[in-house]
Amino acid sequence: MSELERLERFLRADPRDVGCDEAMAVLHIYVDLVAAEQDAAGRYPGVAAHLAACGPCGEDFTGLLLAVAGG
Amino acid sequence: MPAQDLDEESSAWLRHLGADGRDRQAAERDLHAKLVRIALAEVRRRSASTPVTGPELDDVAHQAAADAMLAILAKLGDFRGESRFTTWAYRFVILEVSSKLGRHYWRNPPVALDADQWERLPDRFGLDPERQAEAAGILAEVRRVVDEELTSYQRRVFTAIVVDGIPLDALAAALGVRRNAIYKVIFDARRKIRRALAANGYLDRPGVEQ
Repeated sequence: MSELERLERFLRADPRDVGCDEAMAVLHIYVDLVAAEQDAAGRYPGVAAHLAACGPCGEDFTGLLLAVAGG
Repeated sequence: MPAQDLDEESSAWLRHLGADGRDRQAAERDLHAKLVRIALAEVRRRSASTPVTGPELDDVAHQAAADAMLAILAKLGDFRGESRFTTWAYRFVILEVSSKLGRHYWRNPPVALDADQWERLPDRFGLDPERQAEAAGILAEVRRVVDEELTSYQRRVFTAIVVDGIPLDALAAALGVRRNAIYKVIFDARRKIRRALAANGYLDRPGVEQ
C-alpha cells in the first residue's frame, strides 16, 4: 500500500456508516450474530461500516465480544 | 417478547431478576459479580491506551459495574430478546467503562512532548517514516484545508483528535457532548478534506466517497 493510499483510506467516509448512536443501540444483537458466526455485516452493513471506521465503537465491539466469549 | 421465545438462560435471568426476595437478591449478586469481572477485564485490556492506572483503574471498573447494574435493573422492561440477555446486559458495562475512562482521562492527561503536534501527523495516519517524503505534499495540503476550509469547531475537534491524539471519548466528556456528536464532526471533516484534496489533484477518483 502506498502512502497516498494510506491517507486516502484514513479520509474515507463511508456513506453507509450509521454513526455511534445507532451502532451502539444494536451492538448486543450484532455481537451475538458474530459470536454465532452469522453474517452480522450482511445484516447490518451500516454498523459494520461504522465499527470499521470508529475506533471507540470498534473497541466496545471487541470488548463485548470478548465478554460474551468469556461467559 | 413472550418468555417462550427466549433462550432458556435468558428466560431464567428474567424470571429470577423479576422475582421477589432471596431469589431476586441471588440473581442480582450473580449478575453484579459477572459485571465486575467483565469490567475488570475490560479496563485491563484498555490499560495501554489510558493514563488511568493501578487502583484507580480498578475503581473505574467497580464504578462501571455498579452503574451498569442500576441501568440494567431500571431498563429490564426494555429487553426485547433480540440477543441473549447476558449480551444485552454486558453491553451496559462495556459502554460504562468507555465513558468513565473518557472522563478520567483528564485527571492525569499525558504531557505533550512538543508544541507542534502537526509534525506527528504522519504517525497518526500510520505512514511509514522512510516513505513520508512521498506524502509530504499531501500532508501540507491536509494542513492547509484544515486551517482554511474547516469551520472553527471542525478544526478544533479534528486537531484535538487527529493531531493531538486525544481519545474521542475524552474529548466528548470535556465538551459535554455525546460520542456520536464528535464522530460526526470528524466524519464531515474527513469528507471535506478528501473532497478538497481530490479537487486539487492530490487524490484520484474525486467522486468516490468510500
